[in-house]
Amino acid sequence: MDPASAKRWSWLNDERARGLICQILLLGCIGALACGAIYNAVINMRARGIPTGFGFWNDVAGFDINLHLISYSNLSTYGQAFWVGLLNTLLIAVISIPLATLLGFAIGVARLSPNWLLSRFALVYTSIMRNTPLLLLLLFWYNSVLKALPGPRQSISVGDVVFLNNRGLYLPMPVARESAPWFLGAVLLAAALAIAFRLWAQWRQDRTGTQAPTVLVAAALILGLPALVTAALGAPFVFDIARLSGFNLRGGLQVIPEMAALVFGLVTFTAAFIAEIVRAGVLAVPIGQSEAAGALGLHRGLSMKLVVIPQAMRLITPPLTSQYLNIVKNSSLAVFIGYPDLVQIFAGTVLNQTQAAVQVMAITMAVYLVISLAVAMALNLFNARYTLKGR
Amino acid sequence: MLSSGALAWARANLFSSIGSTFVTVGCVALAAYLLPQLVAWATTRANWSGTDGAVCRQHQDGACWAFVIAKWDYLRFGSYPLAERWRVDAVEAIGALLIVWLLWTNAPRRTWGALLFFVAYPILALVLLRGSSLLGLPIVDTLLWGGIFVSLLTAVVGIVFSLPLGVLLALGRRSSLPVVRAASVAFIEFVRGVPFITILFMANNLLPLFVPEAWAPDRLLRPLAGIIIFSAAYMAEEVRGGLQSLTRGQYEAAVALGLNYPRMMALVILPQALTLVIPGIVNNFIGLFMDTTLISVVGVTDFLEAMNNAIKDPVWAGPTIMVTGYVFAGIFYFVFCYGMARYSAHVERILAKGRK
Amino acid sequence: MSGSSAGVDPGDAAAIRFSNVHKWYGSFHVLRNINLTVERGERIVVCGPSGSGKSTLIRCINRLEEHQRGSIVVDGVELTDNIKRIDEVRREVGMVFQSFNLFPHLTILENCTLAPVWVRKMPKRDAEELATKLLARVKILDQAHKYPGQLSGGQQQRAAIARALCMTPKIMLFDEPTSSLDPEMVKEVLDTVTALAQEGMTMIVVTHEMGFARQVADRVVFMDIGEIVEVNAPIPFFDHPQHERTKLFLSQILR
Repeated sequence: MDPASAKRWSWLNDERARGLICQILLLGCIGALACGAIYNAVINMRARGIPTGFGFWNDVAGFDINLHLISYSNLSTYGQAFWVGLLNTLLIAVISIPLATLLGFAIGVARLSPNWLLSRFALVYTSIMRNTPLLLLLLFWYNSVLKALPGPRQSISVGDVVFLNNRGLYLPMPVARESAPWFLGAVLLAAALAIAFRLWAQWRQDRTGTQAPTVLVAAALILGLPALVTAALGAPFVFDIARLSGFNLRGGLQVIPEMAALVFGLVTFTAAFIAEIVRAGVLAVPIGQSEAAGALGLHRGLSMKLVVIPQAMRLITPPLTSQYLNIVKNSSLAVFIGYPDLVQIFAGTVLNQTQAAVQVMAITMAVYLVISLAVAMALNLFNARYTLKGR
Repeated sequence: MLSSGALAWARANLFSSIGSTFVTVGCVALAAYLLPQLVAWATTRANWSGTDGAVCRQHQDGACWAFVIAKWDYLRFGSYPLAERWRVDAVEAIGALLIVWLLWTNAPRRTWGALLFFVAYPILALVLLRGSSLLGLPIVDTLLWGGIFVSLLTAVVGIVFSLPLGVLLALGRRSSLPVVRAASVAFIEFVRGVPFITILFMANNLLPLFVPEAWAPDRLLRPLAGIIIFSAAYMAEEVRGGLQSLTRGQYEAAVALGLNYPRMMALVILPQALTLVIPGIVNNFIGLFMDTTLISVVGVTDFLEAMNNAIKDPVWAGPTIMVTGYVFAGIFYFVFCYGMARYSAHVERILAKGRK
Repeated sequence: MSGSSAGVDPGDAAAIRFSNVHKWYGSFHVLRNINLTVERGERIVVCGPSGSGKSTLIRCINRLEEHQRGSIVVDGVELTDNIKRIDEVRREVGMVFQSFNLFPHLTILENCTLAPVWVRKMPKRDAEELATKLLARVKILDQAHKYPGQLSGGQQQRAAIARALCMTPKIMLFDEPTSSLDPEMVKEVLDTVTALAQEGMTMIVVTHEMGFARQVADRVVFMDIGEIVEVNAPIPFFDHPQHERTKLFLSQILR
């Protein structure tokens, strides 16, 4: 190549130019793929008579759902079915996340226990749960356990208050009476007083150094005040207990077996992962930290509270929120056992009936994406605030 | 003072305080109550032989292993024709050999093994399993495939094809070009943010719509595409971790020697990064193997679905059949996954020693 | 001090008394028949090859390690399994670690006020006043509101010294305080410890810094394979070592 043309083409070797060309090519490819896909989709959908808009949202659904937190009948629309499904998914998440956290932390602490047997038992639990597919666990609990329970007439009863049969788990349903508002008011007042006391105790400790038993006082308030109200004005709640009527149990709070299996499976499964996260977090705090705390005269409880746990929580929180997201995503396995969650209702029944696959899947995935991104943003804020500062 | 031996160990680990003593007693009591029952159910009281459910219906206090033994072929091959099952065995055997070759840390000529595994083996497997009129192998429709071999097939295909895709995504995510970076991040966050089932539904329902009529993808290919996409996103994060843990010095040394980007990546960075993430890749494989249980939702018969079908056989109806089936499936998955996890921990230890 | 007075002897003038102390790690005999008395106001330097048990020796003083045989009496209190006694001892004994062990989630000031507030039950303002004084004494007052990760190694170790001093201990233990530092920062830490010594603090320092030992120590203790081999004032120790092992060790480190 002669020098003149070499110079003309030398800009090709410029890194920025190359980068620009690369990106333009990539955008072009993505654009071409997208256009091709959309073009084919429209042709195929028209050929098969599949609706291309969102008109189906207001069509009558025509099917029943056996668990709906808002009013729903088979005359409701597909749109309303969507909301029912979404609420059912959120219901599972709201119940499973706290339970899994409690169980997971308990097992994690057991794993860290100096008692060899306890730590081994916890290890057996986490090993089994982490190496078994969640679907297998769900099918086991649903088919082998819950469906194999006796019928309503031979329900297993716990103290004649809680009943278990193949139609579900029946818990006592609290029904408010006149003193209920006072009771709730007492609980709120007790909580507010406990917080106020804690703030005052902190102020006093800063000023004079004396410490106060805030936990005991808070417990006394939260248990004592409502008890006083109950004694004075009578019980705030009456429990509606399920009773056999004909072939079925009536009354009480019925937890359908699908929901019981899903929650139980999700909680026991995720708790094993949370336990390992807790264990890893606590072990990652260097032993020198608790030694230094001990050397300063802090006893084990204070050392845990002021030095080890604050550092461990920073390490535990990101993977913990990741597990919470997994609970939300794994609840979609509801489709295998018939629990009416978002995927089962919307991406299942509604998609089959309307054949509007693109729209239905887009909406469903968008819901989960919004949840995931919201949690990711919250986690980023948390990290920015609480990461240990370095140079 | 007892300062050595079993008694001292017991004192320190089991009875170090009053609370600890209570816990120890409780655990021992629980184990003494549960373990003999479980072991007896699985061994001494179990039914090992029989051609139908009658024996198991008679003795309901033990597992019905006879059921599992009778159904074993179906659980392994699904409805794959009897005469052609040797093809499945051949594919599994060759695959196992190649995997051992690849993962054995001291094996000779591992790059040849990698080429064979990632390029030649998929083609061979496809031809053998599906059949080809050219070679005189009768065609076996994917509808008939089922059982353990489908679970293994989908998991292995998932890992094999998602690894290169994952590496590309990881490199793209670290790129300084904004469009490339944005596209990679969007892909990864999208796939990781939605449940696996929705990806399967998307692949199953949407893929046929997005391609021309004539290319309609096969019923097994669609969930496979979904599996590959899903696994690639998680693989990308593993590889990214590996790339990040390499010190800057490696990049700088390579550049100082005059290596351009592709050569630096291929000769210096990626070999190190990928070796670092082998344990992570194996973990991904374990997770993927367990996730393949979900493909039954789009009509593919994996091992768990095969078990579900087997349980429904009226010849074997009985109260212990379902429990036996599920327990066996659980044991199978546990042994496989736990075994792979231990191997991965072993490799991690070896790599850590080398790094010091 | 409340509770029973068993095991407490306020009349004991010695700060630390080791009597026939043995310790094993499993079957490894790490401390062999240690007998050592440290008087109040004495400055002891412990030296020896690695694995000689010198760190283990001082970690037994505040019960970070447990001895299996013999008795250790610190500030008149015998160290046993009695947790109350152990906490009492730890309040009066300060420790500075080789790897600093500052609390990374707290500022330097908060690191220093943590124990006085929660253990000595000081009002926060008094604790902060004390911490400020001590941080100024170790010359890092300007770093008080930074986090440990933002300080250099030498600054972190001086902060660790200030943190230990905030508990107004009667005895200070230093476990190889400069071994993790870059050479240019060793001096600033040694100067701090020297100043402390000159104020009459009872201290035991495990170190390889022999210049420091010569300058500061009242006695030098040489340990090898778990035993105390030789104890002497610095000048006779360095100039006329008596045991062969001491001579060998000194010849290896003093070049």
